[in-house]
Amino acid sequence: MEKFTQLTGVAAPLPMINIDTDKIFPAGFLKTIQRTGLAKYLFDEIRFRPDGSENPDFVLNQGPYRNARIIVAGDNFGCGSSREHAPWALMDFGISCVIAPSFADIFYNNCFKNGLLPIALPQEIVDQLMEDAKKGANAVLTIDLDKQTISRPDGGVVHFDIDPFRKHCLINGLDDIGLTEQKSAEIAAYETAARRTRPWLFGMTQTGT
Amino acid sequence: MAQPRTLFDKIWDSHVITPQGEGTFLIYIDLHLIHEVTTPQAFEGLRLAGRKVRRPDATMAVCDHNIPTSNRKAGIDEPESKLQVDTLEQNVKDFGVPYFPILSVNQGIVHIIGPEQGLSQPGMTIVCGDSHTATHGALGALAFGIGTSEVEHVLATQTLSQRHAKNMLVEVDGTLGAGVSAKDVILAIIGKIGTAGGTGHVIEYAGSTIRALSMEGRMTVCNMTVEAGARAGLVAPDETTFAYVKGRPYAPKGAQWEEALAYWRTLPSDKGAHFDKKASLDAADIAPHVTWGTNPEQTAPITGHVPDPAEIVDPQKRAAIERALEYMQLKPKTRLVEIPVERVFIGSCTNSRIEDLRAAAAIARGRHVAEGVRALVVPGSGLVKHQAEAEGLDRIFLEAGFEWREPGCSNCMSMNNDRAENGERIASTSNRNFEGRQGKNAKTHLMGPAMAAAAAITGHLADVRDLG
Repeated sequence: MEKFTQLTGVAAPLPMINIDTDKIFPAGFLKTIQRTGLAKYLFDEIRFRPDGSENPDFVLNQGPYRNARIIVAGDNFGCGSSREHAPWALMDFGISCVIAPSFADIFYNNCFKNGLLPIALPQEIVDQLMEDAKKGANAVLTIDLDKQTISRPDGGVVHFDIDPFRKHCLINGLDDIGLTEQKSAEIAAYETAARRTRPWLFGMTQTGT
Repeated sequence: MAQPRTLFDKIWDSHVITPQGEGTFLIYIDLHLIHEVTTPQAFEGLRLAGRKVRRPDATMAVCDHNIPTSNRKAGIDEPESKLQVDTLEQNVKDFGVPYFPILSVNQGIVHIIGPEQGLSQPGMTIVCGDSHTATHGALGALAFGIGTSEVEHVLATQTLSQRHAKNMLVEVDGTLGAGVSAKDVILAIIGKIGTAGGTGHVIEYAGSTIRALSMEGRMTVCNMTVEAGARAGLVAPDETTFAYVKGRPYAPKGAQWEEALAYWRTLPSDKGAHFDKKASLDAADIAPHVTWGTNPEQTAPITGHVPDPAEIVDPQKRAAIERALEYMQLKPKTRLVEIPVERVFIGSCTNSRIEDLRAAAAIARGRHVAEGVRALVVPGSGLVKHQAEAEGLDRIFLEAGFEWREPGCSNCMSMNNDRAENGERIASTSNRNFEGRQGKNAKTHLMGPAMAAAAAITGHLADVRDLG
């Protein structure tokens, strides 16, 4: 996974609450067996018209926002399905950070697996950043993960909180599975004990009638 | 004296392998269910890294999302769907994972077959690359959805890094009125606490109403937990649970059954266990529900009306409702029973079990699907289909003009060819009414199976209690 340390880019405003993962990545495109090249499906239903042409009213089709690196959105971003295709498509488009008052749990977890930084901030602060995001070419924010700050176009600085373990993994681009494999002794010890106390959980799917 | 613990805490504690610092823990996964949509990239990752599946004996695979529900023996037309299915079938061979083939009577929607086969059991941690994994919580298991990277992690290590969620208690007490189903209970709960009401929490459902539900009813309730923002929902295992699990193909047998039972009996929440958040509902207040909007919290009793956004104070909520009404092409204050439907879908992991089909058939018997309505019934698994046919339910549906299909996720999210092609308004027993989910511009109204059958018969949203 690529490291995430600092990001400077245009922030696109998406002032809607409950943006669900069906909106971010419609179900029909889940047939892909890839995890890359998915930007073309991002927000498909609202980004493109039925004839396939771009919808000029959708923010990511507009001027400076075509290169947006950040999205500022409303409450409960990423609710609905667990599809990791949602963060994959966002990343492929170039979005590496989403700022919102709150995120749905599964989406939030999926972001960290892919180097996409989700930042939750109080509504009043998100409102201010949303105003920043409406500034077109001047809607530039700098996210510093190490310092946990967002620098605004007017020079103001906002602080954000983040789980230290998750921060550590993002900053160092750490591979989840590799990290877990360092705990193989503990996993083996757990299995040995579980085989004794809950033996019916071993061999299960291979013994059905 | 040990602190009293909730059901969730007990399952959590017995699955922690090691803390990882700052509130994150490595937990062990007892059962990993996999399907064709969220696994291709995961197996690819294993291959690239030269890793194996650590516990094929704790993994079970099935195809459910992409497969056709008619003419199944003819194979799959859509090349991308076929590729995804072929990819899973190759992966289970290469990695030695047990698999229910498409034409097997054991095949079905992953969250139907887990409990049905006795794979999902009390006290387990169960994961699947699908958010409705919460369904298995009905058995008293900690069951939740995961993304593809986590699927790869579980395949490789049989573990997951997780934060310890908070505990939420949702109590429903009293006796449900006639015509009111488990689906109405969960819609009422979501309507009350909202689509983010449970975020950061695991919900335990309790109270006399929940206790009185059958296992299938409990599965319907737990299934839609994720629509209330919680990752997992569970019901404490009791004699109803044990009677359900006993004797199923993959359930423990003999001496192991007795051992498992003894363990399962220790699981219900201790008296005085602490819940961080609580909500309660009175069963008598719950009427048959339908959703009117574009997320599951936008729901109302069938006796009600489409809301008027002008009456909503919060500007964000008002904007969301205006958008929903525009998409759904509904006018404020319209009586819900006046809304016509063009399509009906009875199916999905929420409501496609035998009791759901019986409830729908009881309404369909001796009646006919209204002019201009197309109605599909998709049983949740081969075993459900088999039982329904033994009870003659298929004949009731066919004589009433419903289509009788083969098991799969079908029109819930329309990855196969059962999608609404013309922006129809649909009465659906599924779990999400998001924009475009059942087809481009499709307008979804969620409801229970008897209510969906009533809509099919009358041609509009209808109060099933009026049909007698």
